[in-house]
This record gives sequence, structure tokens and C-alpha cells, in this order.
Amino acid sequence: MNIRILTATAAAALLTLGLAACTSAPTVETSNAAAPAATAGDEVSISDAWVKSAPEGMSAAFGQLVNASDSDVTVVSATSEASPMIELHETVANDTGEMVMRAKEGGFVIPARGTFDLTPGGNHIMLMGLQKPLVAGEETSFTLTFSDDSTYTFTAPVKDYSGANETYEGDGGMKMDMGSGN
Amino acid sequence: MAGDRSAESGRPSPSRRQFLFGGAAAGAGAAAAIGADWALGQPSAPVAAAATLNGEATVDFHGIHQAGIATPAQAHSVLLGLDLRPETDRDALRRMMRVLSDDASRMCRGEPALADSEPELATVPANLTVTFGFGPGLVARAAGSAPAWLRPLPAFTIDRLDPAYSDGDLLIQIAADDSFTVAHAARMLLKDTRSFASVRWSQTGFRRAYGSEKPGTTMRNLFGQVDGTTNPSLGSALLEKTVWITDGWLAGGTGMVVRRIHMDLDKWDRLDRGGREQSVGRTLGNGAPLTGQGEFDEPDFAAVNGAGFPVIPEFSHMRRARTDDAGTVIFRRGYNYDEAPAGGSVSDSGLIFISFQADIDAQFVPIQRRLDQLDLLNEWTTPIGSAVFAIPPGCEAGGYVGETLLGA
Repeated sequence: MNIRILTATAAAALLTLGLAACTSAPTVETSNAAAPAATAGDEVSISDAWVKSAPEGMSAAFGQLVNASDSDVTVVSATSEASPMIELHETVANDTGEMVMRAKEGGFVIPARGTFDLTPGGNHIMLMGLQKPLVAGEETSFTLTFSDDSTYTFTAPVKDYSGANETYEGDGGMKMDMGSGN
Repeated sequence: MAGDRSAESGRPSPSRRQFLFGGAAAGAGAAAAIGADWALGQPSAPVAAAATLNGEATVDFHGIHQAGIATPAQAHSVLLGLDLRPETDRDALRRMMRVLSDDASRMCRGEPALADSEPELATVPANLTVTFGFGPGLVARAAGSAPAWLRPLPAFTIDRLDPAYSDGDLLIQIAADDSFTVAHAARMLLKDTRSFASVRWSQTGFRRAYGSEKPGTTMRNLFGQVDGTTNPSLGSALLEKTVWITDGWLAGGTGMVVRRIHMDLDKWDRLDRGGREQSVGRTLGNGAPLTGQGEFDEPDFAAVNGAGFPVIPEFSHMRRARTDDAGTVIFRRGYNYDEAPAGGSVSDSGLIFISFQADIDAQFVPIQRRLDQLDLLNEWTTPIGSAVFAIPPGCEAGGYVGETLLGA
């Protein structure tokens, strides 16, 4: 079965090369070499993405990242029109046992053929300084950057949500509410 | 009760029939029956799957028409009437309907809405439908053109309307064969209306539980009457003509009347069986006209008894509600209610009368006027709530209900 899939992939790669040759690059060689490896940005998608509404300050985005490739991929950063400062967060117990959010060292690693959940009270994409209110029913776009420098852009609807109120453990030990809640 | 042209007769959806036939799914007869339903465009369900749980049955949220109208009536429902917040403008209405439509489409598939904090409760759709309606206030806020009938009904002399059960800008009708499913869907949808609207009223209704009666059995009301024998049947050309609007932003939509009709069961107790049958013109046993044997026999309004009086009295509900004018037919899909009694009474019960019709002024109002003028049942029934809504057409996946009004 693996062989058949590989064959199909190779055929598709050849077809792609052939089309490219016709349209633009007559010097492309047809060879048996594998097509260039797909980037992380090509292989990752998100399902059920959403962002918590907030009038100002901070908010967070959630969903399920899906990695369709055969190797682990790592999200190293995220950007959004909604906030100039975004961090990839995890939620962990601090020294006193309180659940706090903090930047996730090394980013989000999505396992090969696996998923990575972004949930209230768990890992999430943290918007640190909203440019304007995030109101329910709007859509906001996000761009994830992976360790291979490829990117993936998606949009997420804004939803009212009363949870996701963990405190934030910043570098200076400051604690802030995530989002202003409803 | 208004409108004997009614009845909740309806063919079972394939999923229901499939369940009934589950044990004999391999039988050619069962397969043929299911195929016939499919050909008539009912919601689809896998034919081969036998003996599935009814909780897994789904009705597609998407389509030309919203679900929950020409859909076999589920066992439980809640109707929610909401008032828009002052700051909810046209843009906010669009955002609200996008969120609510996405929530509803997911829950109707048996999946949690985005940001559902109790996602496990969304996994038993049980034929869940969510139907949205727009009151006059919402259409005005959207600067849309309202049909002439989108306004409170004319005042009827029998009405004793309570604002707590009347009017509203947005209607959400939630129905399923499982009251737990209804409760969770209502909770989820109302959470997502909080930024835009507030709850004005809520009415919870019930019919026979799923599986208790043969599907398609005409509903009885709490007076014990078979209520709604002449309703246009699901899939019929009459229903199509009766219900659906064909032009403008409401094309594929309809008009909805919701009337809360209190039924004085304590007073009804004082009436003997003969009087009860005379009041409606049908037998209590099987709902047959007093001139017939079977529920669906045509009544003989000309028949007189030995004393020369009509067998079906002039004051009877059936005679008063009946019309031979196909232009004044309505399609009913009501529910019973039974609340906590108060003030020394032992019951607070009635009917959440719901009717769908393309033109409320032309179809519903003439019937209600006749009943207002004369209907012996008025002795025991009192309309205490009344609301009118425009029901927009359905939407396709990725779209939202109301896009024909609110679309940019």
C-alpha cells in the first residue's frame, strides 16, 4: 500500500514538473528525484478555530492544529491584524499550584500525523495588546510561522466566552487577566 | 386551536422510519418505503444503517428552507422571543446571525458549537432543528422591506394578551426528540445572543415522546381532542403552496404566528363528553366528524338530527375554522404546555399554537376572525400571548440565515 501511495505521489510530482516545464521553465530536467519536500505551512491546517471577544487588552485564540505530514512540525510564532504582540502560551501550575499562562518554550510541536489542541485552560495563541475591540461574529486572521520559515494563514470567528480567565505570569511576575470576560 | 385546518399529520422522516424498520432493514418493503421518502426530498439518512439510536438522527440545518417547519414535529420544543439591544445595528445583526447560524448548523449535526463549554452535551442531536424568525423590530433595524403582514395581529375580542408572551424582535424555535438536547441548544444559542439581545419570553412545549405513538398520528391537545386533522401533509403540493413565500428576500421563507392559548381545564372538567364533542364537532374517541366514522372522513355540515338541528353545530370549532378556500389554509405545528398551577387552580395548561403561512393577513387572519366571532371553544380557551415573525429562507453551508436581508 505504501508503494502505491509513493508511486502516485511521484507521478503527481512528475506531472507538476511537466506542467511547469510547459509554461515557464523549459530547462527543468525530468528526473527521478523526489519533489521538494512540502513545507510545514503546506501540511498544517486548523479546525474549529475561534477567538474570544474582548473590548480591549488581551484575548486568545483556540482551535485544533492538524499536521498531515509524516514529520513533527513546530509553530514558532504567530501574527494577527488584531494585535501587534502575540505569544504562544501554555497553561501550567506555578510554585503555589495556581494555573498560570506563560510563553511556551520552543513553540507548539504538532506531532507527525497528529493534532495539537489550543483550548481555554490549555495551550493557546495569546493576543497581548488588542488594536481595537474584538466583537462577536467578526473574523480575524492569523498567520503562523513554522521552524522551516514557512507560514499558514487562517481566519477565526470571534465568540463571546466567559471562561479562559487564567492569570498571566509575565517576565516580571505580573499577573493579568486574559481577556476582559463577559 | 384556531384553525381546524391543521393537523400535525406528517410523514415520518427517513431516519424515523428507518428506526421503526430497524429490525427489518433488510426487508425489501422497508427499503422501498425509505426510497420513496428519499425521492420526496426528505432529510437524508444512511439507508443501510440499521437499529441506530434516535438520538443520533439528524435533520440538515442547511437548505432552501429552514428546518423545523416542513419537518416532522419533534417531541420537545422551546420558543424564545428576544428583544434587540438598542445598540444592535444592521452590522451587528449580521454578526449575530452568522454566529447563531454556525452554532445551529454544528449542533444539528451533533457537534458542539465553537466555544461550547459543555461539548459532550451536543453529541445527541435527536433530530434537532433550530429555526430563526425576524419580528417587525429586527426588519426595521435592518432597514429591510417588511411584508404588510409583519405586525402584531389585529386585536381580537377574545384576546387577553400578556406582554410577557407577546411580540419580540428575534424568534428562535428549537425542537428535538430529546428535551435535554433542546435545553443545551437553547443555552448555547442564548449565550451567543447576549451581546446583541435579551430574552423577552420563553415557551416550552411538548408532544408525545418519541416512539410512544406511530409517527404521523394527529396530536391531541390537553382537552383530549384530536387537534389538527386537516393540516396539509408534509411533502404535499398544498403545503408548498400554503407555506412558502416566492419573492423578495423572504423567498423560500414563510410567515409564523405564535399564539399562547390558555386552556381552562378546571372549567372543561364541568362539561360532559357530549358537550365536549359538540363544542368542536368531532368525537373524542378518534376525532371523526360527528357525521362520520373515521378521523379523516369529510364532515357533512348539511346533516341534521331528529330535531332538525345540524349534527355538527353552527357554533362548533370545526365548522367555524373550516374553509373551502385553498387560499386561506394554514399549516400548524404547535405544542402543548403545562406549567406550575397558581392561585388555587390545579393546572396551568394550554397550547402553543404555531402556524406557518406565506401571507398571515390573507390566510390566518380570516380564520381567526371567524373564531373570534363565534366558536364555542372560546368558553374554555383564552389567547394570552401573540407574536408574528417573518421566517427567512434557509442558507447553504458557510452561509447564514438572514443573509438575504442582511447581506452586504
